[in-house]
Amino acid sequence: MRNPRATQLLFELSKSGRRASRLPASDVPEREVSTMLPAAAIADEAPPLSEVAEPDVVRHFTNLSTLNMSVDTHFYPLGSCTMKHNPKRNERLAGLPGIAHLHPYQPEESVQGLLQLLYDLQEFLAEISGLPAVSLQPAAGAHGELTALMMAAAYFNDLGEKRTKVLTPDSAHGTNPASARMAGFEAVTVKSNAEGLVDLDDLRPKLDDQVGVFMITNPSTLGIFDDQVAEIADLVRKQGGLIYLDGANMNAILGVARPGDFGADMMHFNPHKTFSGPHGGGGPGAGPICVTEKLGGYLPVPVVAKRDGKYSLDCDRSKTIGRVRSFFGNVGVLVRAYCYICTHGPDGLKRVSENAVLNANYLLSKVKHILPVPHGDRCMHEFVASASDVKKVKGISAMDIAKRLLDYGFHAPTVYFPLTVAESMMVEPTESESKEMLDAFAEVLFRVTDEPADLLHEAPHTTTISRPDEVQAARRPVMKWTPA
Amino acid sequence: MPYTFNTPKDQQAMLDAIGAGSVEELFDCIPDDLRLSRLLDLPPALGELELTQHMQMLAAKNQHADQKVCFLGGGSYDHFVPAVVDAIASRGEFYTSYTPYQPEVSQGNLQVMFEYQTMICQLTGMDVSNASLYDGGSAATEAVLLAMSATKRSKVVPASSVHPEYRAIIETYFTHLDAELTTVGSPDGVFDASELEQAVDGETACVLIQHPNFFGCLEDVEAAATIAHAKGALLVVAVDPISLGLLKRPGDLGADVVIAEGQSLGTPMQYGGPYLGIMACREQFVRRMPGRIAGQTVDRRNKRCWVLTLQTREQHIRREKATSNICTNQGLFALRAAIYLAALGPQGLRETAELCLQKSHYAIGQIVADDRFELAFSQPTFKEFAIRDRSGEVESMLADAAESGIFAGIPLGKWYPELADCFLVTVTEKRTKQEIDSLANSLSRASINSTVSV
Repeated sequence: MRNPRATQLLFELSKSGRRASRLPASDVPEREVSTMLPAAAIADEAPPLSEVAEPDVVRHFTNLSTLNMSVDTHFYPLGSCTMKHNPKRNERLAGLPGIAHLHPYQPEESVQGLLQLLYDLQEFLAEISGLPAVSLQPAAGAHGELTALMMAAAYFNDLGEKRTKVLTPDSAHGTNPASARMAGFEAVTVKSNAEGLVDLDDLRPKLDDQVGVFMITNPSTLGIFDDQVAEIADLVRKQGGLIYLDGANMNAILGVARPGDFGADMMHFNPHKTFSGPHGGGGPGAGPICVTEKLGGYLPVPVVAKRDGKYSLDCDRSKTIGRVRSFFGNVGVLVRAYCYICTHGPDGLKRVSENAVLNANYLLSKVKHILPVPHGDRCMHEFVASASDVKKVKGISAMDIAKRLLDYGFHAPTVYFPLTVAESMMVEPTESESKEMLDAFAEVLFRVTDEPADLLHEAPHTTTISRPDEVQAARRPVMKWTPA
Repeated sequence: MPYTFNTPKDQQAMLDAIGAGSVEELFDCIPDDLRLSRLLDLPPALGELELTQHMQMLAAKNQHADQKVCFLGGGSYDHFVPAVVDAIASRGEFYTSYTPYQPEVSQGNLQVMFEYQTMICQLTGMDVSNASLYDGGSAATEAVLLAMSATKRSKVVPASSVHPEYRAIIETYFTHLDAELTTVGSPDGVFDASELEQAVDGETACVLIQHPNFFGCLEDVEAAATIAHAKGALLVVAVDPISLGLLKRPGDLGADVVIAEGQSLGTPMQYGGPYLGIMACREQFVRRMPGRIAGQTVDRRNKRCWVLTLQTREQHIRREKATSNICTNQGLFALRAAIYLAALGPQGLRETAELCLQKSHYAIGQIVADDRFELAFSQPTFKEFAIRDRSGEVESMLADAAESGIFAGIPLGKWYPELADCFLVTVTEKRTKQEIDSLANSLSRASINSTVSV
């Protein structure tokens, strides 16, 4: 039962003299602090944090948790984010002290079990991607993109080529062009055609010897497998460029098709999507990258190596671009990915994708009678519907529908992305939902589009808040609490 | 398949509704020659019990910080984590939710972000915090990129006493950008002020220091601020959040941007990540800040609430013109930090910091009681310190100590060839007098061993 007092701020609960922790007395002979630190460095008083008791802490944060929708509690068809079930076993196993309580600078002999796991995960990802050289270091998908693009820049530099441009389709994630710029490239957009595929007529003239990398998301953010990908790869290669695959949508093709086999030179995985890492309210993710042999030398350090049955961190790689993250990387996320892959095996991973695609197509077959799906009757793991017709006819926007779905206990699909579809609603049910759940969602969607427009404009009606004023939040930003 | 629902009967009904003959047919859009015609070459599936046993076997091949005595630091620390942190952060409503794109059903996460941002400002003395970045290294990198964009200058001046891996990341990022890195030495364990003054000029975007620095020594933050500001450059300061229980806040000492590795605030070490990148800055730079930021507003019924704000900085709106390519944050660890700081409170944080200080200084005394060892630098230190082994056998000595159950320290020669005879020791509030005495004994014993072996 939701507690209406939940939204008090922790700072408003604070009362001088309360505390939730008691530290032990020092068991070493105590010295005056002033004999150890210069007076000028010491603060007169402790930082002005809240003073609360432990029951305050527990009740406050527990009540806040009930204000979230989550995969554990709700259907969460947030397109492009692959909100699948997060297995509890993976949480427990990643929390084993022999994994969670390892220091990153421990001697390698003392972490052989973990290095074995990470080495095997490198091999698993190489096999799943069809790209043999792997780095587990990047901390997120966007970080993987950036890392790979920096590797590409180093590769062209070694070839004595100055390539200044990275091409990204207009349906790509915003991270693609942003990563390109951070790696020192100019980002050039390539249009999509009416089918939602890369428009080859727009691509050809943009493809010259200045293009370093073509970044493609395949299956795309529209949930379509671009069957021109091999042809695109040929065109790019003829100009000496490389193909980067944004692996955000790998959940559709595990064990079915491998990026390395359909033309990619480099790619990242999003293990928090594809391999069930919990999304943590916004993170952590991880962004391991896989590349072809010829690019392998440029991978960031360290890479896990195996010699004579011993595992080690290989930092001594002459062509490496260097480090992109402190320590090893997001090990906790990688351990969960490893557990997920081991749980499924080769056959199971393929079933994951088959069921993800089956669920999406089934939902599409129902939704298309309610909202048009501009890019056809079939999809991969997700599809993009459009509310533009219903907006014209009834004045109901994609946002209105999204908000009203919340009242019925469904998280909304991703709205207004990709930018190439007007009033877009991107739906990704994932494999870990039942037919009954998909039926219920479609039924509610149908009901919602039939409701009075006024009701929808003010939706949601049952949540603790409704339609926050985002304009005010941006115009007069209040980004922290200040005492009255 | 443990996590899917569809029975063969369901599948058939769904295929009928789709109008497809088989699941295979749904993949017809992928040309045959681009498909994998075999099963993936992966180990066979494991049930939960088998997986558990397999993972326990792997975990047993590691020696963890609860078995060994851990005096390792260098940016990742074995601090105590109160039970409330694990209990609350393991609630599925927190960890199986995502970025609050729908604020009405994400008020829990948004309010936590807002509270976290407030606590980081309280801790650092800065005006604004974002809702977190990947880790301390990415925060350092993003901070110098922010400084370059704010000043429209391209030179960055870090001190060599800043975490060597943070500097390595910046170097990697700079390779293909129009940017220059000039590292200032720290021969006495802190940045060389006269060298810094020479290095900073009208092209300098920022000075980057760490306080306490990688060697555990306290830097003169105000002096660095004066030098940077005299040339119109910003001062970026990396801090240890635990030290702020005791030390003056960088915001009160002239820092323009403060970053930190937030792992100390309630996140397990887990071999290096995922961690928490803390980043806070002065108000004037907020529109250049990378990452998510939660802001307060009101809803249509005029009720106070929270949303993601200033999103026009971000990649999903601005694409290549965004302040950064960063999309995800480390929400789960910002939550852990918020719970940790709430649980400790001002006094708890101060006592934790004081225990680190007392115990580490006791450890210094015990170690240098053997005249084989001396402090590498005669500077005030907080919870870490660099020890010189006069016999220069750091690696073998640390290996001996590990043998006897103690991770005694981190050899510094890997990053600082001139300090090949030195190692870095960290003492947190968790270490007992007995453990510290054992550390000192173990290092002295190693001394005898190697004398014998010579």
